Amino acid sequence: MSDFNIHYVAKLARIELSPAEEEKLGTQLGNILGYIAKLKEVDVTGVEATAHAFPLVNVTRPDVAGEPLPHEAALSNAPSRSGGLFVVPKIVE
Amino acid sequence: MSQLHRLTLAELTGRLGRRECSAVEALQASLDQITRVDGDVRAFMSFDAADARAQAEAADRDLAAGVTHAAKPLLGVPVALKDVLSHRGQPLNCSSKILGSYRAPYDATVVERLKAAGAVVFGRLNMDEFAMGSSTETSAFQRTLNPWDLTRIPGGSSGGCAASVASGMVPVSIGSDTGGSIRQPAALCGVVGVKPTYGRVSRYGLTAFASSLDQIGPFARTVRDAALVTGVVSGYDRRDSTSIPQPVPDYLAALETASAGSRPLAGIRLGLAKEYMIGGLDPEVDAAMKASVARFVELGAEVVEVSLPHSDYAAATYYIIAPAEASANLARFDGVRYGARVEGKDPAEMNSRTRGAGFGAEVKRRIILGTYVLSSGYYDAYYLRAQKVRTLIRRDFLQAFETVDAILTPTTPSAAFRVGEKSDDPLQMYLSDIFTISCNLAGICGISVPCGFTAPKPGVPRLPLGLQLLGKPFGEETMFRIAHAYEQSTPWHRELSPLS
Repeated sequence: MSDFNIHYVAKLARIELSPAEEEKLGTQLGNILGYIAKLKEVDVTGVEATAHAFPLVNVTRPDVAGEPLPHEAALSNAPSRSGGLFVVPKIVE
Repeated sequence: MSQLHRLTLAELTGRLGRRECSAVEALQASLDQITRVDGDVRAFMSFDAADARAQAEAADRDLAAGVTHAAKPLLGVPVALKDVLSHRGQPLNCSSKILGSYRAPYDATVVERLKAAGAVVFGRLNMDEFAMGSSTETSAFQRTLNPWDLTRIPGGSSGGCAASVASGMVPVSIGSDTGGSIRQPAALCGVVGVKPTYGRVSRYGLTAFASSLDQIGPFARTVRDAALVTGVVSGYDRRDSTSIPQPVPDYLAALETASAGSRPLAGIRLGLAKEYMIGGLDPEVDAAMKASVARFVELGAEVVEVSLPHSDYAAATYYIIAPAEASANLARFDGVRYGARVEGKDPAEMNSRTRGAGFGAEVKRRIILGTYVLSSGYYDAYYLRAQKVRTLIRRDFLQAFETVDAILTPTTPSAAFRVGEKSDDPLQMYLSDIFTISCNLAGICGISVPCGFTAPKPGVPRLPLGLQLLGKPFGEETMFRIAHAYEQSTPWHRELSPLS
């Protein structure tokens, strides 16, 4: 798979890789992509895609307020929090 | 020493019901067995003995008040969980470093259902990181070993689930199956494992890997026990929009019909897929399959050849769809709301560093593969095409089920392999799931049942083998009935691993 650029795809996936990881994963993924390319042999003309084995459409619930996860429980696993909010690095200058 | 840990679920509930033992004693027998053997097996990552004891005491109060197992079918039974299911107040790591010191703020629906049925729910069982693997070797924390041979893997991804039941630590455990992660380790550890039909069991509280494939199911020592637990955890749940509002049959009643007479499977037609019978099969697996087929015929079943023409494309289809869905599902592990974080100068750098440090190699491999097959310019060639081939694979099964009640396959191409044997070759590891992945793609149900052992060889003890039955969508009743009749006519399920 000559057009597979591990560095670019890892960036899209937001995963920082070391150069050694890039090399190893790149080779392994090349082998895997070579294997999955066999799907090109299958004639899929006119075949519908299956997203779920049992397609259910318009699954709704009654529009009634329920009991949400309490605020404190939702924040309890935060790596950084302040004033009842999640803290992240600054986004705008 | 108490032998309570060696009992099946049915035997244990019998004793509890007759008040011959207490739930606290049953739990203690489990904990004692964990102390005795889990230093070697390493199935459990952690467990909260105090919380479990409080549940067992509550079960004993229920039993003293006259509550029966007809009302609460798992009353007083220890049940352990794969580390992918939320259990309120307990750690949840998915055997990954990225979740840090996460504790689940709520119970998964299956945990609620188990508790409502009286089970003593405890423990975090080791697994492949985020359920990605076939040997439990991708766990970031520990290596679980096969109780039949401690130099071998227990299978995966639910390796801790299979090993804990196979070594008598618990009579029942609950795992998840995306491409074989219940059935494959069940086969390699010599226990029963069930993947219910997609939509049968609510996935609320299951950390998502591939949402269109994931399904929760039990491990147990017998088909009867597995059928009972499947019934307990099944049913519609409005919190999982893919759960299907279909009544849950009485699976145990279905087994009764199988117990009658010497030809309990008269009228049943079983299919052998010709595409699964060509080459590469381990001779001992092949011999066990042939013996099983002969047994099914003795039991009255008719065994015929069926065709699943797209079988050869199942692995390639799976290794596009599952990583694609995983890349989307695992985007939530970004260092913002929970788990570990590695700081960075902006959110994107913080995300990338957190994920680079927090995920192991297999998870990175699959997220990157999934990101690639979904990326602009490649979506149609990979993902959309795979979804179309998936339609053809499902159609193959539905066509086969027009003439047979279930399909018979080996669960795995060989017995348990050695630790490290395939861990450096992801493609070889992926191909060890060849018989189990179609079931998830087609959304049907499947079960693995012990079907014999390899012959002992110099330096290698005998190793368990599994037989897989694939059933129609929502065909669990018939699948259990066939599996139960087979099991009851064989000695394999009565064998306990040397560590039990």
